[in-house]
Parts: sequence; structure tokens; C-alpha cells
Amino acid sequence: MSLSAYVPIVWLLALAAAFGLFSVGIAPFVGPRRFNRAKLEAYECGIEPTPQPIGGGRFPVKFYLTAMLFIIFDIEIIFLYPWAVSFDMLGVFGFFEMVIFIITVAIAYAYVWRRGGLEWD
Amino acid sequence: MDKLKLPDMDYVALLPMLALFVAACLGVIIEALVPRRFRNIIQLVLSIVALAVAMFFVVKQSGEVVASKALTAGGAIMIDHAALFLQGALIVLGFVALLLFGERSLEFGGPFVAQAAVTVGSERDREQTGRELGSTETFPLALFSLSGMLLFVSANDLLTMFVALEVFSLPLYLLCALARRKRLLSQESALKYFLLGAYASAFFLFGVAMVYGFAKAVDFKAIHAEALLGEGNSLLLIIGLALLAIGLLFKVAAAPFHVWTPDVYQGAPTPVTAFMASCTKVAAFGGLLRVLYVGFDGLGWQFTPVLGAIAALTVLVGSILAVTQTDLKRLLAYSSVANAGYILIGVIAGQQLGLTSVLFYLVAYGFTVIAAFALISLVRDADGEATHLSRWAGLGARSPLYAGIFTFILLAFAGIPLTSGFIAKLSVFGAAIDGGQTWLVIIGVITSIILAFPYLRVVVMMWLSEPGESTPSVSIPGGLTSTALGIGTLATLVFGVVPGPLLDLAEKASSFVR
Repeated sequence: MSLSAYVPIVWLLALAAAFGLFSVGIAPFVGPRRFNRAKLEAYECGIEPTPQPIGGGRFPVKFYLTAMLFIIFDIEIIFLYPWAVSFDMLGVFGFFEMVIFIITVAIAYAYVWRRGGLEWD
Repeated sequence: MDKLKLPDMDYVALLPMLALFVAACLGVIIEALVPRRFRNIIQLVLSIVALAVAMFFVVKQSGEVVASKALTAGGAIMIDHAALFLQGALIVLGFVALLLFGERSLEFGGPFVAQAAVTVGSERDREQTGRELGSTETFPLALFSLSGMLLFVSANDLLTMFVALEVFSLPLYLLCALARRKRLLSQESALKYFLLGAYASAFFLFGVAMVYGFAKAVDFKAIHAEALLGEGNSLLLIIGLALLAIGLLFKVAAAPFHVWTPDVYQGAPTPVTAFMASCTKVAAFGGLLRVLYVGFDGLGWQFTPVLGAIAALTVLVGSILAVTQTDLKRLLAYSSVANAGYILIGVIAGQQLGLTSVLFYLVAYGFTVIAAFALISLVRDADGEATHLSRWAGLGARSPLYAGIFTFILLAFAGIPLTSGFIAKLSVFGAAIDGGQTWLVIIGVITSIILAFPYLRVVVMMWLSEPGESTPSVSIPGGLTSTALGIGTLATLVFGVVPGPLLDLAEKASSFVR
């Protein structure tokens, strides 16, 4: 097998490495320096995180619920988008399969809603 | 634009799985809409109806299996005789285990916790322990798990098998964490099971990738053909099979992949333990059989010695560690490890005889183990189930009936004649001798004798010790536990006295379609 098929991958690697090195290298010279507390956090995104809960670092379970809900709809989009793009090719069969899929997600949603998973307090 | 070629779907063939899946979805809706106090009975009835419908279609199809039409769902699912037998076994065993899920008379609110998210030991937790009805999400979870198991034993390619593996594992992880009493132990068991199970799944998936690298396909027929042809990179094939085997042997709890078993069996709520010990075992061995007999049977001479070593190690570890146990649920967990080893001996035996003996063993063991855990759920004190061995001393004098039943069950585990355990071991060992694996049979017999010791110790303690202050009482079982216990015990007796019909059924079922 010819190795030339890998040349684009090598180029991509080189470009990605160059971009990363360039960004890190230039930041101290051109970036503004304004310090605040949020900058000292592990994940610096400009927002101070929710205060750590007292007593052993337990998180309220509602964060978990929110994350789970996010995953449900995240997965739904992952399936919906390619389905929508190739809707013409999939036809009626694809339509009904997707309806069934959305019904199952809706069941999960109804469960969370009725059991109070959407109430923050 | 062109239409895609749609997969051929034989919906009747998929109905057993669909019935359970739809019932599980309905169960979730019931959880959302119905008041708490009605949920248990509605969920129970719904589950039983769904299982009956699923069983009906399994039986209906078993008469009309045609090799050329067995493949469906675009080649992802193979409904052959072995698949239908295993599906039927899963449905029946699942039904008996679900009866235990629904039991509410042994303690207020049933065996499951009301709010699993409440911190253990908090004020709120003490409040809910004795006063709140248990969660009934366990029914839909068990049904989701069962539908995954049905898919697992009929999957015709490795990717479908992986999806099914996850579908039936994830609900089990949750179920383990839902015990009403000893909640920390229960949560610990769920976390351990989840972490180790995730590892095992990763191994399985990596194996799928390796095998795909070898065969350029994931369905068993193509893998088989490619392995026979012997042109590809056989290193990939062997690494792939080894990784697949690790994933599957983890689920069947074979040594050295068994370390999760005692902790999980002990910590999980007893009905869930019964469900895992019976149904998971059937499903996992069903998958292992299909992988080995359909996909990789050309490699028999390569994997038989390795599997033989694992089987020998499994029976040795299971039986020797069972001797040192002081907790009844842990003892049964190690016994289940040893039994996985005996079933593995049947798997290695190969041929139709080996397959028949494995199918028989799975069903016989499943019933007995459900009966055993049903009985364990009866012996209780103020803190819930009293599973420490010393607490069972003198139980024979206090309630002879249940001590007698438990004695019978333990003797069945030990393989005494007139129990299904005897016939099961006999057929497995017979098949192994036929398949030229006499050394495994010798180890099997020796470990059976070792394993008889812990069983007999329990029997002796129950009957020959005086009941002390701390001997707990045996709760009067409600109708559901009685039924489960009755079915399990009766099946153990019937399959031991007249094993003919089930053996015939297993023999008819012992053929895979490639």
C-alpha cells in the first residue's frame, strides 16, 4: 500500500502543532493582562464557579439531573441532524423510526418533568 | 436522490424483545403519572403481561424456525433454535425473579429504597427507611435489562451484541444501588459493578475492533469464513477473540474476572441478586456460546486450552473461597462463580452434547438460585435480612419447613441425586468426557466435593445447633415470594426426577444457524 495516502494527515498534524505552538507563544506578547479571581481557577472561563459545598465536597443531585437531561437532548440532536440531512433517502421508514425514537425520548422527558426533575429548588 | 436499501424487518421475530421494551416504556410513564401507592401492583401486572406476551411469541416461533429465514433486522439478529430457547429461559426466569421484586409483605414498602439520592444516615434517610413506599422504577429497569438480554442471546454481529450488552448491564448497575437496608453496602456494590463492568465493556469493544481489523466485518458468518480461509492477520484474530472473551467472561463471573461477584451479590437487594444470578448468567453464557460456536469455532484448538485453564481456575477459586465465607450471600456468590466454571466445562466440551448440557445447566441452576435467594430474603431481624452464617444456627428447630427447603436447595447446589443440580453436573461432565476433556472433569469432581463442605456446614448449623438468642425469625412470606420459592424449588425437584423433557428441549435447541 502506498504511504502517500497519509501525507494529508501528516500535514494536518503539522498545521495543528504549528497553530498550537504559535498561539501559546504569541499570547504573552499581545494578550492583555488583567487579573481577577476567576483567572486563578483550574478552568479559566471568566466565571467564578459555584462555591464548593460544605462537608466533604458533595454536589447537590440537581446538577446531575441537569447533566443527564442535557445528555438526553444532546444524543437526540446527534441522531436528528443526519436524519434530517438524508430525509429524502430514508423515506417513510426512516420517518417512522425517528418518530419512535422521539417518543422514547419524550417518555424520558415526561418522567423527569412529572417527578420534579425540572424544578431547581 | 436514490433510496437507501432498507433493512428487512421481521417484526414478529422481534416481538418478544419489543413487547418487553414497550412495557418498560409504559412502566416509565406509569412512574410519571400514577400515584405512588398504586404503582407496585400496576407495574407488577404490566410486567407479567409483557412477559406472557413475549413468551407466547417465543413459543409460537419455536415451531417455525427455518434456517434460511432466521436472519432478520438487516442481518443483526438471528432467531434460531438456541436463541429461542435462551430467550424462553430468560423470560421464565425473569418472571420468577420479578415476583420477588414486587413483594411488599416482608417489610413495609418492599425491598427497594424510596429515594436513592437521599444521603445515607441523614435525618431524611431514617425517615424514609421505615415509612415510605419503595421505588417501583425497578420494574421498568428490569424489563429494559431483560429486553437487552433477549437481544444479546440472538445478536448476529458483534456490534449488536455490544449494544445489547450495554442495554442489559446499565439497568443492573442502577438496580444494585437501590436496597432499602444496608444502603452503603448497596451503593458500594453498584459503584464497583459499574466501574468493573465499564472496563469489561471496553475490553469487549476493543476486541470487536481487532476482529473487524481481521475479518473486515463484524457478523459471525463473515468472521467464521475469514477464519477458515486463514488469509488475514491471525494475530489480530487471536487478540480480538481474547479481548472479547474477557468482556464475556466478566459477565459470567469466571475467575480471574470474578472479583466483583461477592461484593455485588452481597450488596445488591436480594431480588436483584436473584435476577442477576439467574438471568445475567443465562444471557452471558448465551452470548459466549454464540461467539465461540458460530463465529470462532474454526479456532477451537487455539482457545480450548486457554478456556480450559480458566474453567479449572474458576471452579477451584469458587469452591475454595466458598469454604471461608461467613456471609450467606457471599457464599452463594462464590458458589455461583464455581457454577460458572462447571458451565464453562460444558462450553469447552463442544459439539451438540456440550451445548445441550450447558443449556440444561443454565435453566436448572437459574431456578435453584432464585429459590435460594427468595429464602434468604425471608430470614430477617430488625435490621433487615440476617445473612451472617452464625445467625442461621438452629433455624431448623425454629421453622423446620423453610430450613428443610433451604437444605434441599443446598443439596441441589452440591449435586445430590434427585435434584436438578445432579443431572446438570452429570450431563456437563459426560459431555466433557465425550469431548476429550477428562482432566477438567477430574478437577470438576474434586471441587464439587470441596464445595459440598460449605453447603453441608450450613445444613448442619441449621439442624444440629440449638436456636440462640440471636437466631432471627423466618418471616411469613407473602404470596409473591411463596410463588417464586415454590416454582424454584419445584423446578429443582422436577428437573432432578424427570429431566427428560427439558433435556429433550435443550437437545432440540442446541443448534445455531450461521
